[in-house]
Amino acid sequence: MTKELIKGNIAFAEAAIRAGLQAYFGYPITPQTEALEWMSGRMPELGRAFVQAESELGAINMVYGSACTGARTMTSSSSPGISLMQEGLSYIATSEVPVVVVNVMRGGPGLGNIAPAQSDYNQAVHGGGHGDYSPIVLAPANIQELIDITYESFDLAEKYRCIVMIAIDGSMGQMMEPAELPPFREIKKEHPAWAIVGAKGRKPNLICSLNIDEVEHEKVNLRLLARWNQIRKNEVRFKEYYLDDADFAVVGFGTAGRIALSAVRAAREKGIKVGLFRPVTLAPFPEKQIEALAARMKGLLVVEMNTGQMLDDVMRFGKDLSPVRFYGRPGGVIPLPEEILREIEALATETIPADIHPRDLWFDRLTAELGLTYEAA
Amino acid sequence: MTELQYKETVVFERPTALTPTQTTYCPGCTHGVAHRLIAEVIDEMGIRDDTIGVAPVGCAVFAYRFFDVDFVEAAHGRAPAMATGIKRSLPDRFVFTYQGDGDLVSIGMAEITHAAARGENITVIFINNANYGMTGGQMAPTTLPGQKTTSSPTGRDVELAGYPIQMAELIASIQGTSYVVRRSLHDARNIRQAKKAIRTAFEVQKRGLGFAMVELLSTCPTNWHLTPPDAMNWLKENMLPVYPLGDYKIHDAVKSAGI
Amino acid sequence: MPAKGKIVVNDFYCKACGLCVSVCPTQVIQLAPERLNVRGYHPAEQFQDGCIACATCAMVCPDAAITVYRLTPVAEQEA
Repeated sequence: MTKELIKGNIAFAEAAIRAGLQAYFGYPITPQTEALEWMSGRMPELGRAFVQAESELGAINMVYGSACTGARTMTSSSSPGISLMQEGLSYIATSEVPVVVVNVMRGGPGLGNIAPAQSDYNQAVHGGGHGDYSPIVLAPANIQELIDITYESFDLAEKYRCIVMIAIDGSMGQMMEPAELPPFREIKKEHPAWAIVGAKGRKPNLICSLNIDEVEHEKVNLRLLARWNQIRKNEVRFKEYYLDDADFAVVGFGTAGRIALSAVRAAREKGIKVGLFRPVTLAPFPEKQIEALAARMKGLLVVEMNTGQMLDDVMRFGKDLSPVRFYGRPGGVIPLPEEILREIEALATETIPADIHPRDLWFDRLTAELGLTYEAA
Repeated sequence: MTELQYKETVVFERPTALTPTQTTYCPGCTHGVAHRLIAEVIDEMGIRDDTIGVAPVGCAVFAYRFFDVDFVEAAHGRAPAMATGIKRSLPDRFVFTYQGDGDLVSIGMAEITHAAARGENITVIFINNANYGMTGGQMAPTTLPGQKTTSSPTGRDVELAGYPIQMAELIASIQGTSYVVRRSLHDARNIRQAKKAIRTAFEVQKRGLGFAMVELLSTCPTNWHLTPPDAMNWLKENMLPVYPLGDYKIHDAVKSAGI
Repeated sequence: MPAKGKIVVNDFYCKACGLCVSVCPTQVIQLAPERLNVRGYHPAEQFQDGCIACATCAMVCPDAAITVYRLTPVAEQEA
């Protein structure tokens, strides 16, 4: 296979098709719409199911129905649309049917804008829908990684009968990069034993998120947690760059991690021993790795395109072991490599006050730089 | 003395597509009649092995307990979307939704309307009993003008709360539909006609002719505060004028299929 | 002469709603006054002859509790 120049939204759509996707349901929303458009042509020509739904509510419940048959099913959307899907995602998680969801995040909250952002981290990682459940959340940082992760995501979803959410942002959805698409997999012919396909030769199957008996539903919660513990044990993924001899580490995922890598290289040229730790699974979070990293480093810099959502998770596992600094640009603004380089330089030279939260320090720095004043807390 | 010896022939019995379970419906509620009719149709068509039900949220939330077929339980109002997902992935199975008026007419209006517009090849059984039964008898989109409910205690004031939605008429106006009728469950004759309509709706699906919905006027004796026989009469006298029975859409393809 | 029939009500399903009683054209069904089922309902029962196997009761029964039989004479026998 040779590499071709391919756009992020189309890359994950085609990768899903090649992974044996049987049904796609979606709704147009910028900046992921090219994925839906791609599916609208490709799926019918391959004899597979495609519906442009009436809403994200419709789409996710079509996904729910299709996934109940055991078919490889996915949807994609962007932040406000993912918010609408949370109802269905909670039901899907409870019902233990495998589903793949791509969130091409955009600037929030509210209608926000269509610029790239990472502000759905908490929604994806720490819930979103009601109830106790955790999807696997994967955050690729380039088109090839997006393709590879999408291709594998269905196996993960089926292995654990859970939701796999692929969290990228508008820039990755829109950017073109040379990448290699994987070979076509055969469409599954067998239905899993739990699937809803008609009760031929057996008692009826039921897929349901309702347990009016709370003791039974407690068991469902515990079963979901037991599976999540397996996932935490088996599926943590991350990438490390220049960390072998590093004194300082930048922690960033997705596009923020990718931009940070440029800054890390520039800092290395200036003689600063800094590396990058890029979580690939946001959930399960690389807890032990962050802990070990913090123990080794003189300081950590967390970089995100939000107001410090992953920061809280890094703090949970690393703050007692290493000073932590934060830099973020929320609302759709992309941090420039120069901004991150400046932060790395400060990390290497300035002392971080231990008694002030990194978010508060960052807030004061950023608002001063932007010339903004707000009522004091 | 002489006594005649009789041969017993069963002329009516419980359909096998119902599970041997007592339903969770109140005494006299015609949800049970609708269930039985669907089960009779499943038996008669011999489609038990190929039928997938989609349960709603509402009094029929436990519908999956009462049918001996594969079932899923949808979120409130989303049954037609879920049925769409199932049917698109398994086009040769029979997929039906069973939905009440809160579920279908209120929160699920978008899903039912667009499933109809797409001409999804599914069967929708819609129970209209003019109130939210499970939550204790609140006003529904189908509540009659002036009808007292727990959330319209002085009667539905159309100036404040609007008018009932005639769903069969509305859905029938959508070009994508194939078979849309309204029937009632208030007496034996109407129940027989309801059964025929349900059979037709499944036959439409069998032939791939598209979207079919049977609206069934149904009683809610508990929340109407009537005895079951009085509830039957109340339906007849009050609901029929607002919700006229009839065939609102029978597509030419359905007519020419002779079903 | 009308057909001769009988009904058997399955106590397990019956909720004593009384719809069968109200529609029976020959009024041969009652809610058993002295008997309760496991749910505490007085189940419906055919309490006298006269059933014509019309199945109207079964048709309106929301709990599919009624089986209807048609009775046809087969032979005369000495009692």
